[in-house]
Amino acid sequence: MLGILDTLREKVQKTEVYKSVFRHNYQDTQRNRALQIVDNVFLHLHPVRISRHATNIGFTWGMGGITFLLFIVLTVTGVILMFYYRPAAEYAYDDMKYLMNDVAFGPLMRNMHRWAAHAMVITVMLHMFRVFLTGSYKAPRQFNWVVGVLLLTLTLFLSFTGYLLPWDQLAIWAVTVGTNMARATPLLGSEGPFGPELGMKINNDVRFVLLGGTQVGPPTLLRFYVLHCIFLPLVGSTLMIVHFWRIRKDGGISGPDPDAKKN
Amino acid sequence: MHNLISILSKPDNVPIVLMLVLTIFYTWHSLSRASKNDAQGSPDEAKLSDKVQVWPYLVKVEFLAALLVMAILTVWSITLNAPLEAPANPSLTPNPSKAPWYFLGLQEILVYFDPWIAGVTIPTLIILGLCAIPYIDINPKGNGYYTFRERRFAILTFCFGFLVLWVSLIVLGTFFRGPGWNLFMPWEEWDTHRVVALTNVDWSELFGVSTRRIDDSLNPAAMAIGAATILAWFSLGFIFYFWKRKTDIIRKLGPLRYSIVAALFLIMTALPVKIILRLTLNIKYILVTPWFNV
Ligand code: HEM
Repeated sequence: MLGILDTLREKVQKTEVYKSVFRHNYQDTQRNRALQIVDNVFLHLHPVRISRHATNIGFTWGMGGITFLLFIVLTVTGVILMFYYRPAAEYAYDDMKYLMNDVAFGPLMRNMHRWAAHAMVITVMLHMFRVFLTGSYKAPRQFNWVVGVLLLTLTLFLSFTGYLLPWDQLAIWAVTVGTNMARATPLLGSEGPFGPELGMKINNDVRFVLLGGTQVGPPTLLRFYVLHCIFLPLVGSTLMIVHFWRIRKDGGISGPDPDAKKN
Repeated sequence: MHNLISILSKPDNVPIVLMLVLTIFYTWHSLSRASKNDAQGSPDEAKLSDKVQVWPYLVKVEFLAALLVMAILTVWSITLNAPLEAPANPSLTPNPSKAPWYFLGLQEILVYFDPWIAGVTIPTLIILGLCAIPYIDINPKGNGYYTFRERRFAILTFCFGFLVLWVSLIVLGTFFRGPGWNLFMPWEEWDTHRVVALTNVDWSELFGVSTRRIDDSLNPAAMAIGAATILAWFSLGFIFYFWKRKTDIIRKLGPLRYSIVAALFLIMTALPVKIILRLTLNIKYILVTPWFNV
């Protein structure tokens, strides 16, 4: 039986189709291990060889990678939710009800999207905490830390804009509390220091621009939806590309300086 | 007890418990690695500096971590439904109205500061301050391994900001704040009618100078006291500079970087100072002006 499978595998591996896809065979050699990384567009985010301490989960906690995994989960489940959700005040809440009660796997998709979003906020904070504690923001990684801070801000904005979309009491009041702050922006808010002096009123200040009105209403829903599903994910993905590319260019995961004299 | 269970079982509060557990675990984990490294003089990480192939040594770890995370997430999503409350109703304000959990620290600070500080200036300074860290921390040691001894000030400052001012205030906002944003013990029933008498006074009034004059206009003397107090607080930075300017650290830092470090540090420490002033002396404002209050 196994003999048949083996000959079959050998036959398949000799076909032009197989070779065009996989390029190298699967014998466990140094060369093939390297090709496995280099010949795969996704895996080749990695270098071929890294220092052993960087594979230690106790060093990185895997938090950056987990954050990225959660971002992918959010993208997949988010696209599925978009099939069922209309960002208009008349429909939004009913679409949520429909999703939770009548769509096959609807609750699973929504729950996964929500819990992954909360989890991502936690993991991104912990990732930052780890990077700080290992001093990995020091030269030459200063700029990648700044990219990271932007990613942190973006993750919070993504989560916050998504919070409004169910259009229930929890959603509009949490967002009302959050966006009320914008009123108090110095210079740009109608109740902020020097705002009124500069002509800021409730219907032309920065909060009005954010909400598309003087209170959280249907225009806010549409605005947050577009930000949540298009603008912020695009900016986030771009920044992640920069972040990952920079990790490679900065010499991979940080570690003790090998030239430092051992004391 | 009933109330504690109802707070804990609110689906959106599960992440806070998760955050708390993970934060405590990782703080302990890094401190114990740091103290081990410090004790032996050369970090463990340096012993593992030989190269290994990413396939399979790293990919294996990534795969297992992904599997574990997906398993946890799937179980979590099957067992706990995302909340969906009554339809949005702009004329029915819930009490308390809470921001999403990750902003509860900022909402908590709103008790002690006006919105232009708590809601706008502090978040902006947090973001800018975080971005500035690599450029103002010029200590070359402790790059790429766990240590405490080699970067005491940096680690203590960051942990104070992250663990005390961010994580603990989120926990406070979630478990200890009830209707009217009043303080409740987590196991206490929320009494919607509780009224806490506000006997707040302004800073200058501690010295017998009232904020407003009889005709309700602002009292310049009170403003002067307030402004002088704030100036005095920030002048601590100058005093420290002239006291320590001969030391290696301050010299290497230079005046520009030193000013940024000092300003960020004094602003950050002013937060708990004001919180304590409020809790002990009922201080509302340090400085009242026609345009803004601090
Ligand atoms: C969406 C958010 C983010 C994603 C997906 C992400 C992803 C990653 C990944 C996969 C790594 C590789 C090492 C590891 O897993 O720890 C990494 C490293 C790094 N990240 Fe992030 N990150 C994010 C946010 C941040 C934030 C908020 C910061 C800091 C403020 C940051 C700063 C860094 C730095 C400096 C490194 C290099 C660490 C080293 O060399 O040891 N990142 N990031």
